[in-house]
Amino acid sequence: MRHFLSLLCAATLLALTLPAQAGPTQDLLQEHAALINKASRKTIQPAIDALAASGLPSAQTVLQKWQNKDMWLRKEDGLFFWAEEITGKTFRLYDFDTAAPVGDFDKAALKQLKPNSGVRAMIGAALVQFQLSDPDPARRLAALTAIQRDAEPSHLAPLRASIAGESDPAIKARKQQLLTLLTIRFATDTPTRVAAIQSIATDISLDTRAALNSLLTSKIVFNPPDSANTGARITPGDPGLSVEAAFDLMVAAGVAAPLPTPDQRRAVLSENIAGGKVGGIPLARLNSQPARDRAYAALNPDWSPNMTKATVVADQPFFQVFAEPSKEVTDAARDALKSIETRVALNQALDLALDGISLASIFFLAAIGLAITFGVMGVINMAHGEFIMMGAYTGYVVQQFVPNYTVSILIALPLAFLVTFAAGVAMERLVIRHLYNRPLETLLATFGISIALQQIAKNIFGTQARPLTAPAWLDGAWILNDVVSISYIRIAIFALALIFLCVFLFIMKRTRLGLETRAVTQNPRMAASMGINPDRVNMLTFGLGSGIAGIAGVAIGLFAKVTSELGSDYIVQSFMTVVVGGVGNIWGTLAGAAMIGFLQKGIEWMNPSNTLAAQTYMIIFIIIFIQFRPRGIIALKGRAAGD
Amino acid sequence: MTRSLFARNPSVLVFLACLGLFTLGVTALSEALGTGMISTSFVKTLGKTLSLSLIALAMDLVWGYTGILSLGHFAFFGLGGYMIGMWLMYERTRDIVVTSMANADIPPTPQEITDAIGNQIFGVVGGSDFPLIWAFSHSLALQLILVVAVPGLLALVFGWLAFRSRVTGVYLSILTQAMTLALALYLFQNDSGLRGNNGLSGLQNLPGLDDVPQSVVSLWFFWASALALGLGYLFAAWVVSGKFGSVLRGIRDDEARVRFLGYSVEGYKLFIFTVTAVISGIAGALYYPQAGIINPAEIAPIASIYLAVWVAIGGRGRLYGAVIGAAFVSLVSTWFTGGQVPSIPLGFYTIDWVDWWQVVLGLSFVLVTLFAPKGIGGLFDYFTGRKPPNRHGKDLGPGSGSLKEQEAEA
Amino acid sequence: MNFLKSTLAGATMLAGLTGTAFAAEDTIKIGVLHSLSGTMAISETTLKDTMLMLIDEQNKKGGVLGKQLEAVVVDPASDWPLFAEKARELLTVENVDVIFGSWTSVSRKSALPVLEELNGLMFYPVQYEGEESSKNVFYTGAAPNQQAIPATDYFLEELGVEKFALLGTDYVYPRTTNNILESYLKDKGIAAEDIFVNYTPFGHSDWSKIVADVVALGADGKKVGVISTINGDANIGFYKELAAAGVSADDIPVVAFSVGEEELSGLDTTNLVGHLAAWNYFQSAESDLNDEFIAKWKAFAGEDRVTNDPMEAHVIGFNMYIKAVEKAGTTDVDAVREAMYGIEVPNLTGGTAVMLPNHHLAKPVLIGEIQADGQFDIISQTEEVPGDAWTDFLPESAILKSDWQELGCGMYNTETNSCVQIKSNY
Repeated sequence: MRHFLSLLCAATLLALTLPAQAGPTQDLLQEHAALINKASRKTIQPAIDALAASGLPSAQTVLQKWQNKDMWLRKEDGLFFWAEEITGKTFRLYDFDTAAPVGDFDKAALKQLKPNSGVRAMIGAALVQFQLSDPDPARRLAALTAIQRDAEPSHLAPLRASIAGESDPAIKARKQQLLTLLTIRFATDTPTRVAAIQSIATDISLDTRAALNSLLTSKIVFNPPDSANTGARITPGDPGLSVEAAFDLMVAAGVAAPLPTPDQRRAVLSENIAGGKVGGIPLARLNSQPARDRAYAALNPDWSPNMTKATVVADQPFFQVFAEPSKEVTDAARDALKSIETRVALNQALDLALDGISLASIFFLAAIGLAITFGVMGVINMAHGEFIMMGAYTGYVVQQFVPNYTVSILIALPLAFLVTFAAGVAMERLVIRHLYNRPLETLLATFGISIALQQIAKNIFGTQARPLTAPAWLDGAWILNDVVSISYIRIAIFALALIFLCVFLFIMKRTRLGLETRAVTQNPRMAASMGINPDRVNMLTFGLGSGIAGIAGVAIGLFAKVTSELGSDYIVQSFMTVVVGGVGNIWGTLAGAAMIGFLQKGIEWMNPSNTLAAQTYMIIFIIIFIQFRPRGIIALKGRAAGD
Repeated sequence: MTRSLFARNPSVLVFLACLGLFTLGVTALSEALGTGMISTSFVKTLGKTLSLSLIALAMDLVWGYTGILSLGHFAFFGLGGYMIGMWLMYERTRDIVVTSMANADIPPTPQEITDAIGNQIFGVVGGSDFPLIWAFSHSLALQLILVVAVPGLLALVFGWLAFRSRVTGVYLSILTQAMTLALALYLFQNDSGLRGNNGLSGLQNLPGLDDVPQSVVSLWFFWASALALGLGYLFAAWVVSGKFGSVLRGIRDDEARVRFLGYSVEGYKLFIFTVTAVISGIAGALYYPQAGIINPAEIAPIASIYLAVWVAIGGRGRLYGAVIGAAFVSLVSTWFTGGQVPSIPLGFYTIDWVDWWQVVLGLSFVLVTLFAPKGIGGLFDYFTGRKPPNRHGKDLGPGSGSLKEQEAEA
Repeated sequence: MNFLKSTLAGATMLAGLTGTAFAAEDTIKIGVLHSLSGTMAISETTLKDTMLMLIDEQNKKGGVLGKQLEAVVVDPASDWPLFAEKARELLTVENVDVIFGSWTSVSRKSALPVLEELNGLMFYPVQYEGEESSKNVFYTGAAPNQQAIPATDYFLEELGVEKFALLGTDYVYPRTTNNILESYLKDKGIAAEDIFVNYTPFGHSDWSKIVADVVALGADGKKVGVISTINGDANIGFYKELAAAGVSADDIPVVAFSVGEEELSGLDTTNLVGHLAAWNYFQSAESDLNDEFIAKWKAFAGEDRVTNDPMEAHVIGFNMYIKAVEKAGTTDVDAVREAMYGIEVPNLTGGTAVMLPNHHLAKPVLIGEIQADGQFDIISQTEEVPGDAWTDFLPESAILKSDWQELGCGMYNTETNSCVQIKSNY
């Protein structure tokens, strides 16, 4: 088969190369073969321009195939084709000019051209002229995206021309928006641009701000010419212009002589050692900066230690100079930006609040099981985190058997509940009920279970993270505008947290089990004498708390990762959520989660470059908070508070 | 006083004799001074075990005797290590820098030396300036004071806040755990100035003693650890033997009653919490030069929980129990995780101890808590013939039905 | 948990004491110092298996110098102090001739004092932050100029990125790498306010704020690129959030230095197609040697296993060691070290790797785009780049150089022409 194939290849090759009738497209490609073969964003422009401007009917096809990595090179003769995969190793080549199949080739005889994404963006920009009025709406959108990414002055005219014939209202709106942005950037007459700027002064989209900001690109110039579009005067030492940088600007302008750095002075000293002395000072005494300064001053009388850069740059004219020459345009842009920025700040606050709510709901979900076992029953369960982990792994295992993600999640949620419910009941029966009078030892025994469970998970699933994939309808994000957005998966977690809050309230306040649980918690003996079986109630309550942890595990696994250490990441935070909120009260847990979530996001906002610091300070805050409210935000009063 | 101390605690003499014999034995078998039967790395290992036993002793004081389950004592251990590590690191680097700069034609200024040291130490984490907390790192004496002062002060402040607000029981445990977590997270940051995740390394090389082989250095630290453990044991025995000890156990068994009797419960707790923090700091300062490197992972919350595990398995409320627990569990753990224990083939599955040891440890911990609350130390009761009254499995602790002082006395 | 294991490693030695006495003298002992338990086990176990496979293969070829090779495997259990202890055990109790091991910089720096004290020899196979050159270590992983700098160049030149977000896990490799990159970018004319740096804890999972911050960077009209030194598990949450926010590789490309084939197996990559990674090796590299190696590996370790960059580093290191021993005619550490300089072996991506006098390799740099199947599509491959122990982009390091062959110094100050120190600063 293989021999036959190569024979076939050879035959088709012969048939093709002998007439040597390569079409005009192939000729053009061959002309730029070297550039195309080693496509780099820096050099490829001539080749793309040549293709785009060639006027050949196949130009659009070539560019599109090239962009999609479908253009191949036949190694033997260096000709370009587009190819279609037939089997894993065989590709069918097509000629660009005739669109006719050329033959099937082994992959080894071919080379795929893989333009990098920089080159692909440039091809996209070149394709714009072909695609703006393409009948396929997807292509038209692709063209708009290409403009958005890599706008050129040449796009302005075709874009304006294409709007009239646009049938799709959504695309038309987007075209108009883009036209405004292009007008701002590339139009030639100032009033049009200013008008365009004023028309978008309420738009907070990223593109608008990008367009306006790029108009305001500026640099700091020493003593700029009068013709320059200057902005504010800058004093050296302000943020944005250090004394060093200001001095360097003056040196570059030729009005200041460079000052030697201490290292340079030291080098000069060591070059001028004569007879164990430099500038009359013995070497051994040069171990202090003043002594060295004296020695240097002795060598260079022009220099004195008092000459500093700060004195040189003081009171010198440094101005902000805009790259955009027109002052009307920059003024309009600045005014527009100012009004936009207020809106952006408001929206950012909203986005931060959404993030805070989302984090709070995650903490709440992780802690709600604990609010039952620890808050209601007073049992410290250090293995709570491992129940969360078990839930997440249940989700992973279900996905191995049920390929449909939606169905698998629907199966996984109740299954995770059952699995962890069973584990919780088993643990309560075997261990915890023997330790109800010894809370500290419950802590240690459940910790033993926790390390055992974690290691068992490692032995079964390995230490590597396992994929738990959300169904497609949870992909993506709810996007209000370019500033405010939140992923659907987080919204789902928020909804789940709300559901569980309701479920918890319903069970505790409206069901027999809830009543019995409350009774047993407050006074087991009295409850027993009223005919309640405390053993059974404890078992069920503990199972319920563990089961909810399992469901939380599925949710957490969906948005983060599934590893054996998943649980231990949440255990300390969960306990703190419950303790901060106030033990024994679900509203307290909610308040605790909200406080921790918002606090952490708030600290992150204040110090965006160090997330670790946010976590550290949050914990320190909690420690201090508990000192002042040892019973949490919502403290139980009276006898129910116990000790 | 001493007479009565030994009279009340005959185990002290036995323990000290055992420790002395053990130290002599190891010395005699070491590479540096003896037959070489015990390799240098094993001497280091034994020295580290003695340091761990010391912090276990502190844990027993605070948990077994006072009933405060602190899940944060490794924070103090780590701080002690960091404090001594700063000096070791600074001084070693200074030696290198000064030697290297002596070659230059112009003698260096003090500022240049400091800059060069900073660059060497912090270059690895992308910095070169000395943070403020390194202010005393040039002086061994000051850093040694800090070894006890920093953990002691942290414990004092933390304990004062916590005990003042009457945070007790599991709340206090979680709070101490939060403290060690916060400290670990803080130290993980590069901005904390202690080289972040990299920590302080190369601590086994003593500055100025490059010519002394590690076999000798390891023995020095071994002796120091043994001495510290011996002194720590004496001190602990003294603390728990008198009236003071009785109050401590009273607090453990029923805090409210002790308070109603007019004792300042908070004062006692604060004292014991701070003193054990200081002991932990000393243990850490002895441990990390033997380990060679300290980094924030060492003080993660799990470490302190393991400390509680050691003490519980060894036997709470008796000092030798803590020492035995720390030594036994950490030794056995290493043996199992070292990959030297033969696997058990079951036909369908092979039990590889590297993988399953943690499971065994975790479960055995549950079993000890449930069925043998006295831990290994309880075995000694069989030899001494001491039998507890049958209290239906209830044990030491503040809960109802717990053993009270007379029944549990070590 | 860490010191549980660190505590009494020597207990193993008690067992070892009796066993080593009759160890045969006519084998060459190769120590393998990789964690088989703990957090690093997943990465390092693969390398242990690689070493066992290589040793096995060499023995089938008749060993070296007429002697068989013998692997001595120990488990430092992802616990940094234990690396020092186990290294000492390997060198003094087991008397190994060479050690292949370590994964993180911390573990290497933990073992370093012991290696230098006892004059051992270690091959370190993972990309690292540089700023180190020990007489006793050969660094077969990438130095920053073999991974980070070329990737940044690719961003600057090929993708036209003008604004950078340097996201990393808070530990030494990202810290130092980002420091070097910041300095490099400023040299390239990128303003300080166009560089956003963020550090997150290990295993971080809440990425929404950070991803939003990165997207917001685009507000001034400059093209934004992300350089990620995020380590391990945290990548999963990061990429999931990136996908959810709809960040396309064409708008905001992400290049990662710690994400390989193994890390991608933990998530669904369909929404991440086009994001980048830079390594010296990808499994998808097209060369006969690589095909052969992958086939051997799958036969040895199992069909579903993938290969990765540190494995290639060990392959190169091992082959170099064998050649050097043959050249020196002995396994004496100093003789082998002298013999190592200039040794050339073929690397798996086509081309040859050369051992330089600064104990680093000359290797090509590959940049790959993530594909939907979790593999990488290699879109850029450079010539061999010589590894640089001391980066040229930090002023304090630019004046340093390492040359063990001529100067006998790993930290040589070219301004004062003096050796700063022979031993390393750990």
